[in-house]
Amino acid sequence: MLTDLIGIPIQALAGQLLLGLINGSFYAMLSLGLAIIFGLLHIINFTHGAQYTMGAFAAWIGMTYFGVNYWWALILVPLVVGLIGVAIERLMLVRIRDIAPLYGLLLTFGLALVIQGLFRHYFGASGLRYPIPPLLSSGSNLGFMFLPHYRAWVLVASIVVCLATWLVIERTRIGATLRAAQENPGLVEAFGIHVPRLITITYGTGVALAAFAGVLAAPIYSVQPQMGADLLIVVFAVVVIGGMGSILGSILTGLGLGLIEGLTKVFYPEASSVIIFVIMILVLMVKPEGLFGRAH
Amino acid sequence: MAEPAASAMRSAPDAEPMLAVRGLNAFYGESHVLHGMEFDVSRGEVITLLGRNGAGKTTTLRAIIGQLRNRRGSIRFGGVETIGLPARRIARLGIGYVPEERGIFASLSVLENLHLPPAVGPSAMSDDEIFELFPNLRERLDSQGTKLSGGEQQMLAIARILRAGSRFLLLDEPTEGLAPVIIEQISRTIRILKERGYTIVLVEQNFRFASSVADRHYVVEQGRVVDMVDAGVLEQNLGKLQKYLGI
Ligand SMILES: Nc1ncnc2c1ncn2[C@@H]1O[C@H](COP(=O)(O)OP(=O)(O)OP(=O)(O)O)[C@@H](O)[C@H]1O
Ligand SMILES: [Mg+2]
Repeated sequence: MLTDLIGIPIQALAGQLLLGLINGSFYAMLSLGLAIIFGLLHIINFTHGAQYTMGAFAAWIGMTYFGVNYWWALILVPLVVGLIGVAIERLMLVRIRDIAPLYGLLLTFGLALVIQGLFRHYFGASGLRYPIPPLLSSGSNLGFMFLPHYRAWVLVASIVVCLATWLVIERTRIGATLRAAQENPGLVEAFGIHVPRLITITYGTGVALAAFAGVLAAPIYSVQPQMGADLLIVVFAVVVIGGMGSILGSILTGLGLGLIEGLTKVFYPEASSVIIFVIMILVLMVKPEGLFGRAH
Repeated sequence: MAEPAASAMRSAPDAEPMLAVRGLNAFYGESHVLHGMEFDVSRGEVITLLGRNGAGKTTTLRAIIGQLRNRRGSIRFGGVETIGLPARRIARLGIGYVPEERGIFASLSVLENLHLPPAVGPSAMSDDEIFELFPNLRERLDSQGTKLSGGEQQMLAIARILRAGSRFLLLDEPTEGLAPVIIEQISRTIRILKERGYTIVLVEQNFRFASSVADRHYVVEQGRVVDMVDAGVLEQNLGKLQKYLGI
């Protein structure tokens, strides 16, 4: 039986690929939310990482203080954090809609710092442990690798959520309305559609996606105030590489870059933390609008 | 704001025109584009707004539907003052708008374009009725909206507001850039709609087309109505109209 590939044990390779895919599925979920929000609000949501962090903390708080288990958290946390997003949009973002985009950047960036600071103040910076749900705490030996069930679940759940989001946007009526509003909000409004409400719902949904990712992440990454900010930097690079144009593009780019990052860890570990940024620079040189982006 | 033509609306409520525009001023930022537009449209009528490039015809339609928020004066539709309402509320009163650039969405299929506007009235047309009026659309439902020819896009733009149930249509230069046989088809459609009691405000540069479908013509110059000619006395006024339009 083939046990290694050019000197790399299959076990290690498969393990790193799985890790890469899992990281990639987080990139995909977050860049998807960013793309949806950007498409309609024309704001780069710098709060996105903090909203992911909120998801993880909300799951931890729910479990620790209210006895809300993981599965309920997976449903409730996106709802609660999504509603906080709705409030942010209604109370703040709506006021800067018609002025320079720079204000959106400043506001969402400032909010991210405030949220991060609050978590640091109340929970410290060292990180909290969130247990893997009992149902998924074991693993399977696949012969060529050991597959922890929770990690398999994260992969499946995030891909399902991404594809479901894509289907809603591409194949349903509300999705068509969203796409139309991205193209020409004034005309959509002139057909009798409440565009401001659509914007609010869209922002809330993007935020809920980030929170969902946060709950998924809680049992595998340490729950700490900085977690979203660290991830968001990479996600921005992913978004630049994929381009803001396409939903499916964000998903594929996220997964693909996770995989590439995983492979780099195996074959050239020294480069693993910068490989995505190197790719970003290359893409910017060759196709500045991103792999799936549309030139403006 | 005073209503100079209020006397015209003194009698019973149902004598009020379907659309009454009074003292309408509209602005793009600092620039003042409409200077006291006034005109009426009665139920079942087809009227045109004629005028040279830049006269303010498109702006008038945009002010009526509410896409241009910066407007003053009075626009009464079906007895409701709409000057302070957002576009979505105005559309829901039953006004369908086809913009000058047609507004077909590139990221939507033909069918999605057709189904985009929500119902705004009880008299929504079914898809079958739509395809009877516009047979070309039926074969192209899965195409990207903007892959249609100019004429088909125009038909789609009209079709989608009919499907939503609007009985009052604002059409901005529906024949612009289209071949004569397509113009003929659109003109036939407008006559069918008129027979069915639809009310239509038509902005046109194509005077031949306009005169073939309209009951009355308003002449717009520099943001106001400067003349009105009934279809019945068009022949006698042809010279005057040609001078207005510079043709
Ligand atoms: N978005 C805008 N910003 C500033 N000025 C505008 C804008 N749109 C139109 N205008 C100006 O308003 C005036 C009226 O324009 P409008 O488009 O209503 O004319 P129109 O009668 O429809 O002309 P056309 O026959 O060329 O379509 C013009 O002087 C035009 O330059
Ligand atoms: Mg015009």
